[in-house]
Amino acid sequence: MTRFRHLVARDLLMVWRRPGDVLLVLAFFLLAASLFPLGVGPEPQVLQRIGPGVLWVAALFAAMLSLDRLFAEDLADGSLEHLALAPLPLELAALAKCLAHWLSGGLPLTLMSPALGLLFGLDASQIAVLAISLLIGTPSLSLLGGLGAALTLGARRGGALTALLVLPLAVPVLIFGVGAVEALAGGAGTTNSLVLLAAFFLVALASTPWAMAAALRQAVE
Amino acid sequence: MHALANPARFQRFSARALPWCAGVTAILLLVGLYMAFFVAPPDYQQKETVRIMFVHVPAAWWSMAGYAFLAALGAALLVWKHPLAALMARAAAPVGAAYAATCLITGSFWGRPMWGTWWVWDARLTSMLVLFFLFLGHIALSRAFDSPERGDRAAAILALIGVINLPIIKFSVDWWNTLHQPASVVKLDGPAIHSSILVPLLVMAVAFLMLFITLVMMRTETEIGRRRLEMAALAAE
Repeated sequence: MTRFRHLVARDLLMVWRRPGDVLLVLAFFLLAASLFPLGVGPEPQVLQRIGPGVLWVAALFAAMLSLDRLFAEDLADGSLEHLALAPLPLELAALAKCLAHWLSGGLPLTLMSPALGLLFGLDASQIAVLAISLLIGTPSLSLLGGLGAALTLGARRGGALTALLVLPLAVPVLIFGVGAVEALAGGAGTTNSLVLLAAFFLVALASTPWAMAAALRQAVE
Repeated sequence: MHALANPARFQRFSARALPWCAGVTAILLLVGLYMAFFVAPPDYQQKETVRIMFVHVPAAWWSMAGYAFLAALGAALLVWKHPLAALMARAAAPVGAAYAATCLITGSFWGRPMWGTWWVWDARLTSMLVLFFLFLGHIALSRAFDSPERGDRAAAILALIGVINLPIIKFSVDWWNTLHQPASVVKLDGPAIHSSILVPLLVMAVAFLMLFITLVMMRTETEIGRRRLEMAALAAE
């Protein structure tokens, strides 16, 4: 457990020393979301209608943006091979890196989402549900993204390829995440979607570390 | 299964089996298409367009089964290091993608006269589109590396994760649709299928399966040949 914590702390420290990466992701999130009012027009009803979906899609794309730093640098400087040889199982090491990725990507994004909700004219309860759905949903994106990053390690055109692999797999996260906020607007309960979002996270938590470790082992072979 | 793991033995097997498979495919396709075009009656509601079904439905069935096959090959590669599984997966993925694309395209030809639109974000359509993307991801990943073995392994892992996720996607899309689009689409709950339509459909389904097997076998042979050439080129250097 200590080793797990150390690995998370190390990755967070690396992010902390170079905050530009995280800020870039957040800036992208803000920029992508704020382009929509320019694209579809500024009518408040339209914006309120599409707001949750737009913010979720923007979050999905922003999460894709930071995936290349998840394993690529460790592969380049050789620390990935050390991780593969270390006493901490590679499955847990991959999980630790995904946790660090979420803490430095998904979590700030979630914290930022209420402000963007205001830009789209969402009311307080919608903003609250949106933030909760992002809080539950973005860890799944880090896990799926970690899988995509591990699979494409050393591939040609890795970035675009990762998006092609991860986005179809992330369809349920998007649907349940937006579904929670939409259910609120439709007068239905939001619990269903949030529980399904949590269930998806648990399935991803149980399955992706094995796949990530298998992919990483091939990358360092 | 294990007997065919040896590529040379597979080639001997397929050299004998391939003409038979191709012949059966051709006969079934001819019979099936003849029945579909001339024997099956036009539907009382959908008129002649119902004939699209005889291509559309088998393509949908076998593209889904094709993904399951891809996952099984992935497991065979990762667990038993079955050398032929990698080559066969490389051969099968584009065929599966072509089936999914056929299903989507014929579906939109059918949707235009029936529903008045080329595309609806209906649950079944959307999950077929996602399946098509999963095939594309598999194809792109297996060919993205300088070392083909690495691509094969990565694609195998993707196929296994994809097959876990596929029911979840299907379910989430169904759920999303029932929430947002209460029956805005003309449902195809016609009368229960009459044998005059069911028989051509089943013949076409078997024909599409045989076509899948034939194409995968041919493409696997090509992959074996290609691997050999690459090895020979490396050895000559």
